[in-house]
Amino acid sequence: MHPAPSVILFTTLSGFGFGLLVFLGLGYPGVTGWMAFVFYAIAYGLAVGGLLASTFHLGRPERALKAFRQWTTSWLSREGICAIAALLVMGLYAFGAIFMDRTWPALGVIGAVLSLGTVFTTSMIYCQLKTVPRWNMPLTPVVFLSFSLAGGALLAGQESLAIWLLLIAGAVQLAYWWQGDKAFAASGTTMASATGLGGDGATLRAFEPPHTGSNYLLREFVHVVGRKHAQKLRAIALVMGFILPVLLLVLPVDSNLVKHLMAALAVVAHMSGVAVSRWLFFAQAEHVVGLYYGKR
Amino acid sequence: MTELPTTTTRKMGLVIDLDTCVGCHACVISCKGWNTENYGAPLSDQDAYGAAPVGTFLNRVHSFEVQPAATAAQPAPAAQLIHFPKSCLHCEDAPCVTVCPTGASYKRVEDGIVLVNESDCIGCGLCAWSCPYGARELDLAAGVMKKCTLCVDRIYNENLPEVDRVPSCVRTCPSGARHFGDLGDPDSAVSQLVKARDGMDLMPEMGTKPVNKYLPPRPKDTLEDQVDILAPLLAPATEDPGGFLGWLDKALDKLPGGSA
Amino acid sequence: MTFQQPQVETSPKVSDEIRQTTCYMCACRCGINVHMKTNEDGKKEVAYIEGNRDHPVNKGVLCAKGSAGIMQVNAPSRLKAPLKRVGPRGSGEFEEISWDEALEIAAGWLEPIRQDDPSKLAFFTGRDQSQSFTGFWAQNFGTCNYAAHGGFCSVNMATAGIYTIGGAFWEFGQPDWDHTKLFMLFGVAEDHDSNPIKMGLGKIKARGARVIGVNPIRSGYNAIADDWVGITPGTDGLFILALVHELMKAGKIDLDYLSRYTNAPVLVNQDPNSPDKGLFLRDDHGTPLVINRKTGKLAPFDMHGVRPDLGGSFTMGDVTHVSVFQLMAERYLRDEYAPEAVAERCGIPANRIRAIAAELARVAFDEAFELDQEWTDFRGEKHDKMIGRPVAMHAMRGVSAHANGFQTCRALHVLQILLGTVEAPGGFRFKPPYPKPVEAHPAPHCRVTPNKPLDGPHLGFVHGPEHLALKTDGSPARIDKAFTWENPMSSHGLMHMVISNAHAGDPYKIDTLFMYMANMSWNSSMNTGGVIEMLTDKDADGAYKIPRIIYSDAYSSEMVAYADLILPDTTYLERHDCISMLDRPICEADGAADAIRWPVIEPDRDVRGFQTVLVQLANKMKLPGFTHEDGSAKWQDYADYIINHERKPGIGPLAGFRGPDGNRSGRGEPNPQQLDKYIQNGGFFVEHIPAEASYFKPWNMAYQDWAVDLGLYDSPQPYLFQLYVEPMRKFQLAAEGHGERQPPEHLRQRIKDTMDPLPIWYETDQQGNEGFTVNALTQRPMAMYHSWGSQNAWLRQLHGHNPLYLPTKLMRQHDLADGDWARVSSPHGEITVPVMEMAALNNNTVWTWNAIGKRKGTWGLQEDAPEATKGFLLNHLIHELMPARGDGLRWANSDPITGQAAWFDLKVKIEKAGAPQDFTESQPTLASIKSPVGTGPKNLAWKVGK
Repeated sequence: MHPAPSVILFTTLSGFGFGLLVFLGLGYPGVTGWMAFVFYAIAYGLAVGGLLASTFHLGRPERALKAFRQWTTSWLSREGICAIAALLVMGLYAFGAIFMDRTWPALGVIGAVLSLGTVFTTSMIYCQLKTVPRWNMPLTPVVFLSFSLAGGALLAGQESLAIWLLLIAGAVQLAYWWQGDKAFAASGTTMASATGLGGDGATLRAFEPPHTGSNYLLREFVHVVGRKHAQKLRAIALVMGFILPVLLLVLPVDSNLVKHLMAALAVVAHMSGVAVSRWLFFAQAEHVVGLYYGKR
Repeated sequence: MTELPTTTTRKMGLVIDLDTCVGCHACVISCKGWNTENYGAPLSDQDAYGAAPVGTFLNRVHSFEVQPAATAAQPAPAAQLIHFPKSCLHCEDAPCVTVCPTGASYKRVEDGIVLVNESDCIGCGLCAWSCPYGARELDLAAGVMKKCTLCVDRIYNENLPEVDRVPSCVRTCPSGARHFGDLGDPDSAVSQLVKARDGMDLMPEMGTKPVNKYLPPRPKDTLEDQVDILAPLLAPATEDPGGFLGWLDKALDKLPGGSA
Repeated sequence: MTFQQPQVETSPKVSDEIRQTTCYMCACRCGINVHMKTNEDGKKEVAYIEGNRDHPVNKGVLCAKGSAGIMQVNAPSRLKAPLKRVGPRGSGEFEEISWDEALEIAAGWLEPIRQDDPSKLAFFTGRDQSQSFTGFWAQNFGTCNYAAHGGFCSVNMATAGIYTIGGAFWEFGQPDWDHTKLFMLFGVAEDHDSNPIKMGLGKIKARGARVIGVNPIRSGYNAIADDWVGITPGTDGLFILALVHELMKAGKIDLDYLSRYTNAPVLVNQDPNSPDKGLFLRDDHGTPLVINRKTGKLAPFDMHGVRPDLGGSFTMGDVTHVSVFQLMAERYLRDEYAPEAVAERCGIPANRIRAIAAELARVAFDEAFELDQEWTDFRGEKHDKMIGRPVAMHAMRGVSAHANGFQTCRALHVLQILLGTVEAPGGFRFKPPYPKPVEAHPAPHCRVTPNKPLDGPHLGFVHGPEHLALKTDGSPARIDKAFTWENPMSSHGLMHMVISNAHAGDPYKIDTLFMYMANMSWNSSMNTGGVIEMLTDKDADGAYKIPRIIYSDAYSSEMVAYADLILPDTTYLERHDCISMLDRPICEADGAADAIRWPVIEPDRDVRGFQTVLVQLANKMKLPGFTHEDGSAKWQDYADYIINHERKPGIGPLAGFRGPDGNRSGRGEPNPQQLDKYIQNGGFFVEHIPAEASYFKPWNMAYQDWAVDLGLYDSPQPYLFQLYVEPMRKFQLAAEGHGERQPPEHLRQRIKDTMDPLPIWYETDQQGNEGFTVNALTQRPMAMYHSWGSQNAWLRQLHGHNPLYLPTKLMRQHDLADGDWARVSSPHGEITVPVMEMAALNNNTVWTWNAIGKRKGTWGLQEDAPEATKGFLLNHLIHELMPARGDGLRWANSDPITGQAAWFDLKVKIEKAGAPQDFTESQPTLASIKSPVGTGPKNLAWKVGK
């Protein structure tokens, strides 16, 4: 799949934003006033920024509001509704925390659940697609949720929890790659099933593409460029996203300033690692339509 | 709503004969012409006269090479080239419909045609992602998803003579490799054709239940296998005593009014 | 939840008006419905093009090119106004001028030539569909130097057919698609008659009948062939003669048919010393004689009640005469034609050849059928049934474009005749005005007189050395050396030799080269780079060696830059044309038909239809034929000519709606409303053949009478199929020293060897091919027509560049992968091009699509268009002359009989040149040409209606 910057930005940033909102809604940290303002500003900046980024990828962004209509069948619609609900509920909760110095725990829990739900619905947009076997696995929502929670914990300053969540997310990441690499073969979809040709031990090969030029499908679904660096990028994603942040968090440091700096560094490392992971999530995903072009 | 209808009155679709398609692209361009001028936004072309021309097409003809396995009778069988036209298959269980967040994509109850209501389309592309067949293309000028409409604006069009109420690709196909009809009616000509020629689904494992069917190529290069059956036809007739002229004389005598 | 689906307008208005005309996106001439919609300015614009269901050619279907016509009519490459060259030739520097000035310049160049020596004008039209008119113009101008593009297209097929069966494929005839049970297709044929053949293949496939494809490349029609014969290029003739061998040996031939309808029983002089050796025994009227099996005596072949004896012989004095059929048996039963003997050269296992021969025999004889239809033959004999032989064959460019193509095409016709399938139900059927015996065609004419018309039509069919176009000193009369000892039967002329001969001043110098719709500085010439040099080459005194070049084209082609004066043509929707019975009409086997084009839109540029410009030029020069005795012009424009010209009294360019009331077909006075009638009738006219006349036409009196009524003939013209072509023997006799006109010494042996009156196969000239062992071919994609498709925004997306396709074996041998670059060289040149693997390909053959490669700056494309960067021409590897021989002579790279350009004899060497990233452009790259029209818009979202 084409790793469009808009969708990478969207899923990465909104994952962090809603992850942070989960923790804020649950009262970790239970902040109010200016402190709360800073936390909520970061959370909303990430979540809303991500959502806005996603609209860049629309052909007709001015009609984006129509996307809320089909929640009965469409995960994209559900995600939109979930996201708006989460932002509204958490907005009310944040209003209380910032301006009224009040916390409404029940509201916070609802907001946290909706935030987590947003991340889940996002992941289901990908997970539901049988056409992309690497996405069409139960591990896909686990990746999104575990990343979001680890990132949220990190941003929320829940360091000890963050260490565990980062370790879990790193393990999930490894499992996802391990299973994902076998997914296309396991799906049973082949050029032969795509065309019904080549029985009786015959070999089948895509000959000429329909047009000598490119097309929307090839641009969108067949991304071969850059995949050869996949192993290197996986190592970078794993080190930056999980190993380095955990190390930065567990290193014993006395100075508060250094501690904060290292935490900030952990956040930056994690975010860039997750962004790389997300790039791979798209770039390595192979859509079955590529079989018609002899490409994946 | 983009729930799929539980059932449609008819299942209109195409039957494509892979034994007959010569890969001429007539259907591709006829489709481009009709659908540029009709249903919804025109099918645009970017960099139309430049280095990387890319346009929207709702029907494209692929090609595949089949290399049969060697057998005792044919130790070096010839490779085969199969032309493979592909457009929307109007699936019964169309994933492109259910993933649509706006309800722009839908499957019609009366004939099963899958359509995009362009005024509701936000161009998110998710329907194209969900389609295993590559049947949908986002038009870069209009920003909306385009797909085969099965020429819904032809097949019922009272401004067209009745004989022309078929999709534009079917009307134009020079070799008659494309057939149109109700695949939900077991007695229809297309259903009978599918039955007679073992029509097949593409990617059946996807569970999309495509309405369009493909007729597989007939077995090829079988003549040599029949050489033993055919050989008696070539038994030398002219090597009898008297040679060719002797044979000729006898053979001419046998012709009506032939004897000298 | 209830399902609320949107309301869709299922009956939108399709268009405001349908205008029916004839397609010209290629040469097939399908009928089209041009849907017009009214735009914001109230003007009607072309909105959509589809096939015309009532049309005899395409019956409603339309190919990709036809449907893309709308993108041709709006193409940015269209020329806008007459152009006068202001920079050096090839620079593309022009200034726009008025039509008055353009015609003034042209007439200023042409008129003195006409007064002085009309042969100083060489007028050659390329993909011209108005040859009866352009030829008429040239004849009245007085030059002998006129032809169209047949010489580099498929003249072998056309000429071999006319000499053998009195017709050939495409516009001459077609398989009986409704009855055939075995269809055998030889060589690339996708480029001619494309929709009818596709429709026919569809009919065959629907019945599950067998298609056998004989072609080194398994693409297009061969891809759907049930059996594919991946033959070695240039060996089709040998393969066919092996089939003939097997069928004759097994006696699986139609003796009745051979004895009645062919010259198989005609007696041939066998006296080795006679000047008549090999000629027919004739009676005092010149009628060939046979032995009547009923009496054992000599009889004219056409005598009522005669039963010609295939095994007849006759001795007169000490001169023996034997039947053609005995000569055939003597030759084709020889072991050299046995499957085993030819298998290796043809690349076809002997078993395969035998299986195919057996299948031909099985279908022709075991599956023979009868049509319940009486008919009467030319000898007056009544037949109560029509016997069908359901084997049909077709071939076109593929077998033609070899230097042994004429004899191969002859062999193919002979094979059909032996099976008795020609004009039998289920076999091959003629389309009017064919069948037509070779004697009914004119002979070539070449006598030039200053200020006078030529002494007759330029092109025709020679019956012996007496018809060669030679001057009194024996030198060639024509600039292209057509109808000379080098290529005696060059019935279509040799357009591909004109520029090199004119440049060399051989056989003489010319003054003005006038060309129409022929991209000679690019894909229409062999040796593209050399031709460009010839067009720009100057004498010692600085004048161009070809002093003046006038060119007419509708588009900014590669040739435009090399002309001094450009006369911009219209597109096909902006013009009048007639697809005439005098020329190459659109008839079908069941009817005579012709068609028109008419301006369904008006040009938005200062352009004129080329034929109208010719009328205007003729009027300016007051050419005889175009001018009344009082000096006034007969016609104002081409439409006027189409309606009012009479070739013979009552016979004009269009056969339909003649006479004062428009109700006469074929013969009748000009009808001023004729074009309107055609338009009302969908742009065409068709007259159906009666059922009793529909088969066995050359011998069927009902057909002969019908054809006379329609004006196709002036009297019935029954004839025999010529298994043995006597005129060829006459050239051999000359080469053997008989007769007054004698060939030059260096050609004697070649004429003896190649002008065999019975089909032979010979290996083409391999001079200079040492080390070049791989066959290289081109073919035209079904969605493109020559160079035209690239200017079309839709079609160029299908074929924007062309790889060289290599068989798997050669890919492995040279360590190549898809996208790698290969250096491909021939004795003449070298190119570096991208490669692609193709398994379904003869394993010693490479090929590419023809004319996809474009020169930078042409066709309204941007300079970085893939056509101009990755696209390439194989033409750079092909020379119009063979490498020099020991005696220093260079023979033409053509068939020695017809002069047909031998495009497909090319042999090359392949080497790996690099990985995909090693080159950015195919080599050679030629400098960019300044475009007279600029380039097209970036993006298109074309929609006329709302």
